[in-house]
Amino acid sequence: MKQIVIISGKGGTGKTVITASFAALAKNKVMVDCDVDAADLYLLLHPEIKETYGFTGRVAKIDEDKCIQCGKCQEVCRFEAINNFIVDPISCEGCGVCSYICPQEAIKMKQHPAGNWFISETKYGPLIFAKLGIAEENSGKLVSLVKQKAKEIAQNQKRNFIIIDGPPGIGCPVIASLSGVDIALIVTEPTLSGIHDLERVAKVSYHFGIKTRVCINKYDLNLKMSQNIKDFCQTHNIEIIGEVPFDIVVTKALTMGKPVVEYSDNEVSSRIKKMWEKLEITL
Amino acid sequence: MIISVASGKGGTGKTTVAVSLALSLGNDIQFLDCDVEEPNAHIFLKPKITRIQSINVLIPQVDEEKCTYCGKCAEVCSYNAIAVIKKKVLFFPELCHHCGGCSLLCPQKAIEEVPREKGIVEEGRAGSIHFLHGRLTVGEAVSPPLIRAVKKFARKDKTTIIDAPPGTSCPVIEAVKGSDFCVLVTEPTPFGLNDLTLAVGMVRELKIPLGVVINRADLGDKKVEEYCYKEKIPILMEIPMDKEIAIAYSNGVPLVERKPGYKEKFKKLYQKIIEERG
Repeated sequence: MKQIVIISGKGGTGKTVITASFAALAKNKVMVDCDVDAADLYLLLHPEIKETYGFTGRVAKIDEDKCIQCGKCQEVCRFEAINNFIVDPISCEGCGVCSYICPQEAIKMKQHPAGNWFISETKYGPLIFAKLGIAEENSGKLVSLVKQKAKEIAQNQKRNFIIIDGPPGIGCPVIASLSGVDIALIVTEPTLSGIHDLERVAKVSYHFGIKTRVCINKYDLNLKMSQNIKDFCQTHNIEIIGEVPFDIVVTKALTMGKPVVEYSDNEVSSRIKKMWEKLEITL
Repeated sequence: MIISVASGKGGTGKTTVAVSLALSLGNDIQFLDCDVEEPNAHIFLKPKITRIQSINVLIPQVDEEKCTYCGKCAEVCSYNAIAVIKKKVLFFPELCHHCGGCSLLCPQKAIEEVPREKGIVEEGRAGSIHFLHGRLTVGEAVSPPLIRAVKKFARKDKTTIIDAPPGTSCPVIEAVKGSDFCVLVTEPTPFGLNDLTLAVGMVRELKIPLGVVINRADLGDKKVEEYCYKEKIPILMEIPMDKEIAIAYSNGVPLVERKPGYKEKFKKLYQKIIEERG
């Protein structure tokens, strides 16, 4: 069983469009959406939810009757979450230090619903995804959780691949998405921002010792920038396994709620198919 | 006044809108790029950096001579950043949230906190714009401390524009929190709508007035407009799909530089923000 994660550094380069197409192309696989902040893969795979689970967060709560307003909690809180002996639940990161330090034992850490995660079935196979509650923390933990569940399902059902739609950026949910995968595919675009962000996310992937490949999406939008990406990849010994042209058909497929390889049989689709074939061989 | 520009979904045009707004407003603008994981605004504003500040956080360092391996530190750590296995304390710095709990609560006072570089804040000028951004060190997981460091510079008495990261969780909240108005940039696709809905929920939770800019407005369907109408969210501006804008973007050229006519439109956007804020 092999795990592949699709990441990008910069947002909006086409991670989910590519992931959904891989979901349609790969045989015997499980999908997991690790962009728990803004999960979009389900919009293309149309899951039927089989099991729903809650995910909890922790927030400090001060018992006004017990509180003597000594101010110790405000002193130790590193997140500036306690002002005038009231906890701001949005700033509170749930560390619990205030509850340990309070001499009156007036602070309790309360569990509260912080989102849901789902085991679902799609016509392409199982999809595990999550919806983090509004203004919640801990997306890294939730990413690890959905990935772990996907792994269990893949092992039980003897699936060949886990296809992971990753989040943008280089921080905690990205690092959680990368852990334990066999290959990371970075989807970039030929813009200065795209290259800048590719360089940073490729370093993260390298830092954690993960085999990395690159796909240039909308490569024909700026051929000079595409060449710069190729030069960067050559210098750093990263193989480019696909170049996908810019085509309005991608947006049309998206609007219709379909993976582009199923919506149209054009150049975009054939390039994505070739890319998947290469990945399959690499894996 | 502090105006933050956020989006939910990545790649909708946050940086394009934030940069163009700053360039259209002329003098004495402050620009804070709070997407410290992948900062891009400098590519367009090309600031001359005059000051670089290293941002440190505190992480635990265990004095093995004093440590009795009692396991209290591992017990109190909410982030699983410390584990005590037999006669060994294992620390995972990338998981640490720098709450200080382990050091404070160690019964042997065996844990000292030492600084660790989280990233840098770079400050400079781009014409009349006072520019700041943070750059998270590659491999670091927790970005809010660096975002807080950039935001320390935010001034209410100036027009301050914050370019936020994508998403809706901790880094975005840290970037948007405390602003007077939030502009959400979206695109008229199912992804744009889904992530806009999440972003609206987050901004409302923070009790910040908001408005929407629809980018590539003629590209997808009408559902974003319908949603905004239903939710009584003002659509402040629409930018059509334009290959020239996309190409200028790819070369690091700001929209208002490639198409100076847009400056008036961005000034109007600012006026609308003032009106909506009331």
